[in-house]
Amino acid sequence: MSHAAVAHHTSTGLDSRKIAFWTFIGSECLLFGSLIATYLVYEGKSVSGPTTHEILNIPLTSISTFDLLMSSLAMVLALAAVQRGERLWARVWLGTTALLGAIFLGFQAFEFTHFVHEGLGFTTNLFGSTFFTLTGCHGLHVFVGVIWLTTLLVRSFQGKLGPEKALNVEIAGLYWHFVDVVWIVIFTVVYLIQTTPLPST
Amino acid sequence: MATTALPHTETTAPAAPTGIWSWITTTDHKRIGVLYGVTAFIFFLIGGLEALLIRLQLGSPNNTLVSAQVYNQLFTMHGTTMVFLAIMPLSAAFFNFVIPLQIGARDVAFPRLNAFSYWVFLLGGLFINFSFIAGPLFGAGHLSVAPNAGWFGYANLTSDQFSPGPNIDFWVIGLQILGIASLAAGFNFITTIINLRAPGMKFMRMPVFTWMSFVTQFLIITAFPVITVGLVFLLLDRVFGATFYNVSAGGDVLLWQHLFWMFGHPEVYILILPAMGIVSEVLPTFSRKPLFGYAVVVYSGILIGIVGWGVWAHHMFATGLGPIADSVFSASTMLIAIPTGVKIFNWIATMWGGRLEFKTAMLFAIGFVAMFIIGGLSGVMHAAPPADLQQTDTYFVVAHFHYVLFGGAVLGLFAGMYYWWPKVFGRRLREGLGKTHFWLMMIGLNLTFFPMHFSGLLGMPRRIYTYGAGLGLDTFNLISTVGAVVTGLALLVFVYNIWASRNNHDTSANPWEAATLEWSIPSPPPVYNFAVVPTVHNRLPLWTADGMTPSSQPAVPPAPVHVPGGSHWPLLTAIGILIMGVGALMHHHFLPSLVTVLAGLAVAVFSIYSWAFEPFEV
Repeated sequence: MSHAAVAHHTSTGLDSRKIAFWTFIGSECLLFGSLIATYLVYEGKSVSGPTTHEILNIPLTSISTFDLLMSSLAMVLALAAVQRGERLWARVWLGTTALLGAIFLGFQAFEFTHFVHEGLGFTTNLFGSTFFTLTGCHGLHVFVGVIWLTTLLVRSFQGKLGPEKALNVEIAGLYWHFVDVVWIVIFTVVYLIQTTPLPST
Repeated sequence: MATTALPHTETTAPAAPTGIWSWITTTDHKRIGVLYGVTAFIFFLIGGLEALLIRLQLGSPNNTLVSAQVYNQLFTMHGTTMVFLAIMPLSAAFFNFVIPLQIGARDVAFPRLNAFSYWVFLLGGLFINFSFIAGPLFGAGHLSVAPNAGWFGYANLTSDQFSPGPNIDFWVIGLQILGIASLAAGFNFITTIINLRAPGMKFMRMPVFTWMSFVTQFLIITAFPVITVGLVFLLLDRVFGATFYNVSAGGDVLLWQHLFWMFGHPEVYILILPAMGIVSEVLPTFSRKPLFGYAVVVYSGILIGIVGWGVWAHHMFATGLGPIADSVFSASTMLIAIPTGVKIFNWIATMWGGRLEFKTAMLFAIGFVAMFIIGGLSGVMHAAPPADLQQTDTYFVVAHFHYVLFGGAVLGLFAGMYYWWPKVFGRRLREGLGKTHFWLMMIGLNLTFFPMHFSGLLGMPRRIYTYGAGLGLDTFNLISTVGAVVTGLALLVFVYNIWASRNNHDTSANPWEAATLEWSIPSPPPVYNFAVVPTVHNRLPLWTADGMTPSSQPAVPPAPVHVPGGSHWPLLTAIGILIMGVGALMHHHFLPSLVTVLAGLAVAVFSIYSWAFEPFEV
């Protein structure tokens, strides 16, 4: 808990930034909820291929999902290190979190280009539009998170990320875990539970 | 942030800074409130002018005052302006000015984010209205590229195929920009109300205006992401050729209607709940009685907020959703009338047996209750799908929502203006002119909107630029037009009243002898609001014998008060967002568009980082 948080009296005793960030996450739930709902109502409605069964690669995406899950673990360790004032470990785990996020984005870039080569573009069919918009929006959130974590890493190297700034890392962590949880939902409803009928050929 | 000494103003009695730069960089919630109010009122006048042109065109059959193309732009911009640029930001003006004072806070939780919300709103509003004169830039005439598909922008009227011009681009990008302002303000006010209440200001001691605003902010942060998604789909369809609303690719145009009304119906409550809150402050003050059933009014507001999320498809009965969906949404719509009716009975019971004082603010509040009942009753009629099918897309619906939005929200906002004007400016609006304003407005709005019930039931469709003679519509439309002119006159009286009251000083702390905390401090309030942060012991601190009185606030703070300095980064961040919007507007020219969007992004990101790292202590 920072000195500022102690000095400033609040009604709940919590820092205002933390409350505001939770309301932001609540709002983001509706954003992703709308995107996921749209994906689901349009699933199987495409009038032309390719569709989910022909193109989604569950083993590959399981690896990137595992990668993103591990980044949440690194995030927890990064926050703990900052709170304890362990500068070296703070840098190691912040760097690891950002790197795992970047690797996830690499997987996504590979997946997107591969799909385009397979004939699934953004405008090809409903599946293409809804899939790229939903996963692209999530990827954008991961990208913002990587920039954020990198900023914290730079601040750490500047010696400006002591235990009194742990709340900054905690809020970045809230964001990161939220983005991670959203991916678990997306991975489940888009990749694992495919309701598009198999081609009747 | 307090581990290193950061430069900030610390003085026993900080003077309000002056000059234009101090307004541009201001983070003072009171100044931001005034900026919101002035800007929104100007947009309100523009939206009113559009309404007047619409009524003049419809004043007689086969009229040719404006063309069908111009008419489409007028009614689209009228709706868009009144909802997003007038009523919402006028409410925001009250949120800004009143909420921190009512809960005993020295500012909002995030003063710079608050300034950011205002600048984004201003620039978004200018962006969307710029479309009126932007025609020549697109090789077209004036009054040709403003949004023209209705404020609801139904797919696929808005598709690239049927609206190839920049009209819809202005609308979809402008609304995205405005949404950012509302969301940022929503996070800010929820946090402020949860976290910055003075000692003893428990939730169930908060004034009803703060409570209704609190519910409104939750509706904003949950409803706006949904329309954001709908608008993003539309933009992707138009710019990149995505297939969301493309029927030939299997897309369903009803997806837009669902996303739009899932936002659109909570939006109705976003517009009306703040006005209900204002009325709940004004009626007790001028009845000299505490609000009847405070807790029930609060719970009803919360219930309206919750049920308001489950009624959206009553806007879509005519699309044929099937008997089950129709029944569910019909039932939920009828249910929401219950908490609304409870509030109305509470307001009436508040006045019952009170010592009524008919000041202008009180007249507007009573007018609100009366007009809202009429609008509410016709609303319940729409709740029955068979009746609704007859009324859909007729002037009956126009009559209904103007009784709740003009007779309701706008009258409520005027009540608030007359009520808090002395607190904001240290001047009183003149009562005689105020009463003239009120009666002209009551006559004008009833003349305008009551005949629309009849023209609607006779089958006059909405959104048509003219109608034939001899259909039985001529007289009703003429009366409506006369009413619109009277309403315009009423507004002129109000504007004149502002001018005429410029020397009508009243700097007493509590001119109306009201009960809530904002009346315990000087008018206009000092920059730090409260010389001493008050301790609250009950719900009506100024009305109880053992409560505080205005004189319990010392004239000069006994201890130094920290006042946050200003910042120009919120404005620059907003400018970055505007540049991105302009870039997106140019999407038919790929490279210039991309360069502009990236330039705007660079400005925004640079400003956000400068904002995050500038020394600023709340």
